Amino acid sequence: MKTSDRILGIFGSFIRQALVIGATLLSLFPVYFMIVSAFKTRFEYIEDKWGLPQSLYWANFNTALAGEKFFIRFANSSILTVGSVFVSLIIACLAAYAFARMEFYGKRTLFNIILSLMVVPPVVMIVPLFVAMVRWKLVNTYHGTILIYTGLLLPFSIYLMTNFFRTIPREIIEAARIDGCSSLRVFWNIMMPLSAPALITLIVVNALWVWNELLIALVFMQKDELKTLMVGIAALRSRNYVDIPATMAGLLIATIPIVIVYMFGQRYFIRGLTGGAVK
Amino acid sequence: MSLGVSRRYKLLRQIEPYLFLAPALIVIGMIFAFPIVRLVTLSFQRPFQGEMLFVGLTNYQTIFKDEVFLRAVRNNLTLLISVPIMVLIALILAIFLFDRIRGWQFYRTTLFLPYLLPITVVGLIFSYIFQLSGVLNDFLKVIGLERFILDWLGSTKLALPTLMFVIVWKEVGFGIVLFLARLMSVEEELYDAAKIDGANWWRLQWHITLPQLATTIEFFTIVSIITILSWVFGYVYVMTGGGPGNSTMVTELFIYLTGFRYNQMNIASAVSVILLLVTGIFIFLELRLRERSVTLEELS
Repeated sequence: MKTSDRILGIFGSFIRQALVIGATLLSLFPVYFMIVSAFKTRFEYIEDKWGLPQSLYWANFNTALAGEKFFIRFANSSILTVGSVFVSLIIACLAAYAFARMEFYGKRTLFNIILSLMVVPPVVMIVPLFVAMVRWKLVNTYHGTILIYTGLLLPFSIYLMTNFFRTIPREIIEAARIDGCSSLRVFWNIMMPLSAPALITLIVVNALWVWNELLIALVFMQKDELKTLMVGIAALRSRNYVDIPATMAGLLIATIPIVIVYMFGQRYFIRGLTGGAVK
Repeated sequence: MSLGVSRRYKLLRQIEPYLFLAPALIVIGMIFAFPIVRLVTLSFQRPFQGEMLFVGLTNYQTIFKDEVFLRAVRNNLTLLISVPIMVLIALILAIFLFDRIRGWQFYRTTLFLPYLLPITVVGLIFSYIFQLSGVLNDFLKVIGLERFILDWLGSTKLALPTLMFVIVWKEVGFGIVLFLARLMSVEEELYDAAKIDGANWWRLQWHITLPQLATTIEFFTIVSIITILSWVFGYVYVMTGGGPGNSTMVTELFIYLTGFRYNQMNIASAVSVILLLVTGIFIFLELRLRERSVTLEELS
């Protein structure tokens, strides 16, 4: 190797490391800022905004949990997340099984239509959906909002599961069929257990999406006792400028479930979110 | 007898797929198909004495004369600047991580984290960072750059660029992970062969990495364009509410406000139709891309 190349190499790897570290610090700073602020007193926060807290001031969490009906909001978000992830999973798997392992008229067209719905922004449907949901008396109900979320989750879920079901060898299904299994039994006793990794991916990605969603929750869960955590947080913007540490404590509690799920299921996240795009 | 059974069996096999599809099709019909059809009819109507009257293109004419709507469209187009920025940052960082610099797995985990955090939470944290008495300005004061102390979210000139920074901050992690995942599936031999031929780092990136990433870059670009045009509601709603003085108004917020705050459902529908048509172009492009990757998969 030429000397000039080696100097370039050392210099290059230094720049690379420095840039990546810089980017990492930048992407962590807001999270760091949220955590340290959550443990400061209001006075401490005004004095020193980005330093470590002198001691852990837990009272912020009491303030956060007492105000803004935190527990109800947390429960509402959980109900909607669990409900819509579960319902969409069952419906999507049934449809994906048909797409992956059955022959029928219009299969390709139907699949392409469902694919294209994957990126249709919910905001364009929100007005007519609201009009319809008012008529069906589903506004301000858990099941109504779960229905909307289920619908919005279906295209991606069907796509992911169809791709996964296609990788399950036909021979296994044929063998079960010869043994006299009905389609439904094959689906329930063979396809579903074999799909555990894909199912976990789907649950993790969808749960994250519903938990974080704002617009639908804002429009369809308007009653105060039905508001979700994200709607509650969005409302803090103007009101709580005074007590920033308490707000930060609330944000921290709202973020913790996501971080925990991320730590345990990182590879599922990455697989799910890059699935299909990368081949 | 046996003929009857086999015919029934055949019939069952024919309708069975539709039974498996039925729940999905019903829900998709309720949440996508029906609202989209209804949307189009609503956009041609106006309420008059408790009834909906057909008014032709009146709603469309109204919005194209509406200053706020035009402002929203301009802002969405301005925000598109962030797309090439995101592609470039994601590309550079993904390539660096792929070079297996020390601790690349840790970096991947942390660089991806912003993408998972709720927009609401991120938006609120950043509004405390960027407010006039916020962290950024305090920091500028400490390092002696007092003349750069600005009202990042409160000035009509700065609010949109500040918003763009936050969007890039959060969305870029998806690109990094996407590109990195694609690079990891490139056959090592390609690189080894080129190295033996004496190719330097730049040539490796130019002749192998970029061509291998082409489809993924295309995909990420299209997804980012769709995001900027129609998934930025959360950022704007939480950080600026469209202000100051509509300087950060975007199409989505315009739909939300006209539809639900000012109760002009028909105007909101007309805007939604336009937004759907524009994103439709990109949805079509994305679909073509996915189709290509699916057929490749079936061939292999």
